[in-house]
Amino acid sequence: MTDITLQIDGKEVTVPAGSTVLKAAQSAGIPIPTLCHHELLEDYGGCRLCMVEVESRGRTNYVVSCLYPVERGLVVRTRTEKVDKIRRVIIEELMAHAPDAPELLRLAHEYGADRNRFEKEATFCVMCGLCVRYCAEVKQKHAVGFIENGHVREISFIPEIAAKECWDCQECFAICPTSYAQAAYFLTEALAFPGRRKAAGAVSA
Amino acid sequence: MPRLQTAAELDELRAGILASRDAAKPSIAVCGGAACDGLDSAALGAAFAAEIQRVEAKLDFRVTGCHGFCNKGPNVIVGPGDVCYFEVKPEDVAEIVSCALKGEVVDRLVYRHPQTGETAVHMNEIPFYKHQMRVLTGDIPRIDPTRIDDYLAVGGYGALAKALSQMTPDEVLAEVKKANLRGRGGGGFPAGLKWETTKNAPEKTKYVIVNGHEGESAAFMDRAMLTGNPHRVLEGLIIGGYAIGAQQGFIYTRHDSPSMARHVTRALEQAREHGLLGENILSSGFNFDVEIHYDVGIFVSGESSALMRSIEGNAPEPRPKYIRTSVSGIWDKPSNLNNVETWANVPEIISRGADWFTSIGSERSKGTKLVSLSGHVVNSGVVEVPMGTPLRTIVFDIGGGVPDGKAPKAIHFGGAMGGSIPISMIDAPLDFDGMSKLGAPIGAGGLLVMNEDTDMVEIARYLLDFLVKESCGKCTPCREGMWQMLKILTNITEGKGRKFDLDRLADLTEVTSLGSLCALGKTSSDPLKSMLRYFKDEFETRIAGNSAARSQPK
Repeated sequence: MTDITLQIDGKEVTVPAGSTVLKAAQSAGIPIPTLCHHELLEDYGGCRLCMVEVESRGRTNYVVSCLYPVERGLVVRTRTEKVDKIRRVIIEELMAHAPDAPELLRLAHEYGADRNRFEKEATFCVMCGLCVRYCAEVKQKHAVGFIENGHVREISFIPEIAAKECWDCQECFAICPTSYAQAAYFLTEALAFPGRRKAAGAVSA
Repeated sequence: MPRLQTAAELDELRAGILASRDAAKPSIAVCGGAACDGLDSAALGAAFAAEIQRVEAKLDFRVTGCHGFCNKGPNVIVGPGDVCYFEVKPEDVAEIVSCALKGEVVDRLVYRHPQTGETAVHMNEIPFYKHQMRVLTGDIPRIDPTRIDDYLAVGGYGALAKALSQMTPDEVLAEVKKANLRGRGGGGFPAGLKWETTKNAPEKTKYVIVNGHEGESAAFMDRAMLTGNPHRVLEGLIIGGYAIGAQQGFIYTRHDSPSMARHVTRALEQAREHGLLGENILSSGFNFDVEIHYDVGIFVSGESSALMRSIEGNAPEPRPKYIRTSVSGIWDKPSNLNNVETWANVPEIISRGADWFTSIGSERSKGTKLVSLSGHVVNSGVVEVPMGTPLRTIVFDIGGGVPDGKAPKAIHFGGAMGGSIPISMIDAPLDFDGMSKLGAPIGAGGLLVMNEDTDMVEIARYLLDFLVKESCGKCTPCREGMWQMLKILTNITEGKGRKFDLDRLADLTEVTSLGSLCALGKTSSDPLKSMLRYFKDEFETRIAGNSAARSQPK
């Protein structure tokens, strides 16, 4: 496969054709923040934190680096005033839901985001979809999915599947940036199939 | 009905239909469009059918699609001469039938100007109609949408026959490009260029699609077109499929419009029976069929990539468009999507030629445009005017101005993703580029007139309240940005506005436009932006009033 050279923050970077700008930046050690990106999963473009400024054929555009394919001569800027502003507002928007998530606190510090800028709504989930996509793409169990749309969208464990599959897995807990996947699972377990934990407890006692 | 084998057989069939019809014979057309249907035009239609049978009247009767003048419904048009009756009730039926047979007019049911009291009998004398140019919609009152013969009688499928028998696909494409037909769904992108991209994509399997979703608030012209004359849209689609080299078409429409679904399904069946769809159409060697698809009920379903996901059977979530759907759409195959009105223009361009088409309209926007006219306006309904028509003509000459002696304040275009401009700009021409520059892009064509009492903060809040529920929720700026804008606007309207709110709104609108994944998110803050551009003082006054009220001792 042919290689493509592009410029990221003034640095010449060469990567195989078909790579994303995010991959190219990572290969050159240039950090771009992400929430919904995961090495094992298909690129999603949902959180929009990885937005960068690209200049191609004289036109400047704002694109998500996790999906944007590299092209010859592309000029990428990862930390312009506008890029930083987009990221700051996105962090502030997400902190309305999960103000104490460690990942968001770290990002807020870096981008000067005010965790109290917007009215709070304590749902704790940032809709990165990592749990949903990990369960579907890697584990192929579909035990957790999205329900509803728009701002009332939420993740939900499907009791019939979760009761069978989650007990020995729980791998999504560690990749969740806010611990909400874990909370949602235990809520489902406690309400929908509490028997198994009791039974397991009885055995170990 | 045996399948038509050639263009000549189609001409013969048409000649037969026309020979069996007498233009001087009285006719009655009851409007079955959405608004008239809501006023129970079905009962009116039944009353006409019964009366015609009772007196054994020799006249043509049909229930048609939308006549256009929606707020005066149920509409009835009596021919010959297009005598228009408004707000017709079942008890008026006997008199209309007996007068129609005698060539007389029922004076009490004709149009009466609300101020001057002047009457107008014929369609071309009524202010609402006489300032229009009804190229796409003019036939609708003559067509029972469930009868292909009615469409054939007005020249239907003549353009398809011409394209297949006299033109190569490249020539069809060249004609559409020359006509500079621009997409009527909102963007105004040249349809010919889009067709060419799909045509030139290397993949052999290609799709053409009608976007008949029309989820935009205050827009109702596409459903009038597709429900009232489904064959015209279908004919455009088949011609497009021929030009592009597609084998399969889709009509994507709404699950909640039963008459539209019925009419489109019936049109597809009839076109198949007549050999206008299927294998080797009119012996041209061109094979093409069309399927109807229904949405799942959210606005974002009408976004091109979400619509294609939906046709694939997936949830309608937009895909990032760094590769265009015209190259990689449904099942990653090149897919050309145009909206109902764009497709409806195609047969006309092929029959009458690009030169005729470009003789209508403004310098960069050609042809006519359907507009859904509503809001604080005397006459509301589906309007068709040449591109470039001043908004004043639409609002005052056709719309009859603002009712109840109020002054107009603003014109809103493009629904929940459009924008509002102050009435001082009413002489602006209806034009894709001009309106976009003003901050009120035509969008699909929903025009809302607002009077002096309109609270612009409330309008901004209302439109966001609509959009918040229509977002798919995948990307942060759309899902969260709109939600926060809505909260802030709700606070302002409830007297809880804060000084820093305008700052927060400015950041939210900017980031939502720049950062969202699809067009719904990117343009969701456009109405608010236009209102902050032209009516910022209303927001400031409101917020100042809020804080003043707070600081008063209780």
